[in-house]
Amino acid sequence: MNLLIIFISAVLINNFVFYYFLGLCPYLGVSRKIGPSISMGMAVTFVLSLTAVSSWMINHWILIPYGLDYLQIVSFILVIASLVQLVEMFIRKVSPPLYQAMGIYLPLITTNCVIMGLALLAALKNYNFLETVVFGVSAGIGFTLAIVLMAAIREQLELADVPRPLRGAAIALITAGIISLAFMGFSGIIK
Amino acid sequence: MAQKTTRQQFFKGLWAENPVTRQLLGLCSVLAVSNAVINGVAMGLAVTFVLVFSALLVSLIRTIVPNQVRIASFIVIIASFVTIADRVLAAYFPQLSKAMGPYVPLIVVNCIILGRAEAFASKNKVWPSIIDALGMSGGYVLTLLLMGFIRELLGNRTVLGTQILGQWFEPWVVMLLPPGAFIMLGLIIAISNFIDFKIKERRKQP
Repeated sequence: MNLLIIFISAVLINNFVFYYFLGLCPYLGVSRKIGPSISMGMAVTFVLSLTAVSSWMINHWILIPYGLDYLQIVSFILVIASLVQLVEMFIRKVSPPLYQAMGIYLPLITTNCVIMGLALLAALKNYNFLETVVFGVSAGIGFTLAIVLMAAIREQLELADVPRPLRGAAIALITAGIISLAFMGFSGIIK
Repeated sequence: MAQKTTRQQFFKGLWAENPVTRQLLGLCSVLAVSNAVINGVAMGLAVTFVLVFSALLVSLIRTIVPNQVRIASFIVIIASFVTIADRVLAAYFPQLSKAMGPYVPLIVVNCIILGRAEAFASKNKVWPSIIDALGMSGGYVLTLLLMGFIRELLGNRTVLGTQILGQWFEPWVVMLLPPGAFIMLGLIIAISNFIDFKIKERRKQP
């Protein structure tokens, strides 16, 4: 039950993009077309799940037992950076088509606040191992949902006559605001 | 890059290359902590501290560090300064630190800092790097304070906790919530674009 609540809350209510404002750089950068945005969402979900696992292990097996909590920031960022590098090499060797689809987005993910944010939030909320994994996967699904929705709207926006100063980032942010407003309707699901 | 005077170096960060409204960097923290001016002040100080000191250190070691490992070493430098800022904040201002949640540690992945380290500090001498960092953080703080001011005023009738608008004003609660942040930043970017277009038009017809 608890896991289900974490899932729903990370996908709909406390969506990483609309509630925590994490991962906005790729969110605005790669949401022009639906195709690439799906690939980006997949890549982020994948790395998020792996990060959730490895950051939990580092935090609970190394940092906390030895009282090194203050090294959290440094160690998380290093783990994420090396993890992304490893995943990139692995995918390139194992599945070239998959690499074609999400390869270019992988390096970008290193400096993506979603990943770091997940590691820090999971540590902050004191989740156990299973909860952390569910949290990571559902955060990824939430991100994918947000970015694909946004891409679908932006494809339509291409055809609209937007006033000149609003073109580009400005209208994208206002659109995100309106989607976020709609997502707030979900907040009643969980007390 | 054309040689710029110190003044131009500083002021480009405030307007022409403003990291938030022009380069769309560091949006996460701008949106997240701008629901009150005081949060904005703390976040602005933290980012300025990290940006200036990491620019200083990166520019000092730029000739020693091999090219292949430069990004990794920049990240370690930035992460160390962020840790210092985070610990100091947690020790002296526990409430503020709690209100900002994970966003202070998240300065590590704030693209402004790595972006400036890579694009500027790693290629320039110490003094210009510091000026550039100061200008960039100035632009960031300015946007953050503007957002915080508008959101706190409209959403809570207050500025820095003091009531400004009278009881007649029905607070716009949405301004304190995430959608308000998105829409406000969109409008600020649009307005700054508009002013830019106007300036360009005026320059065209002498």
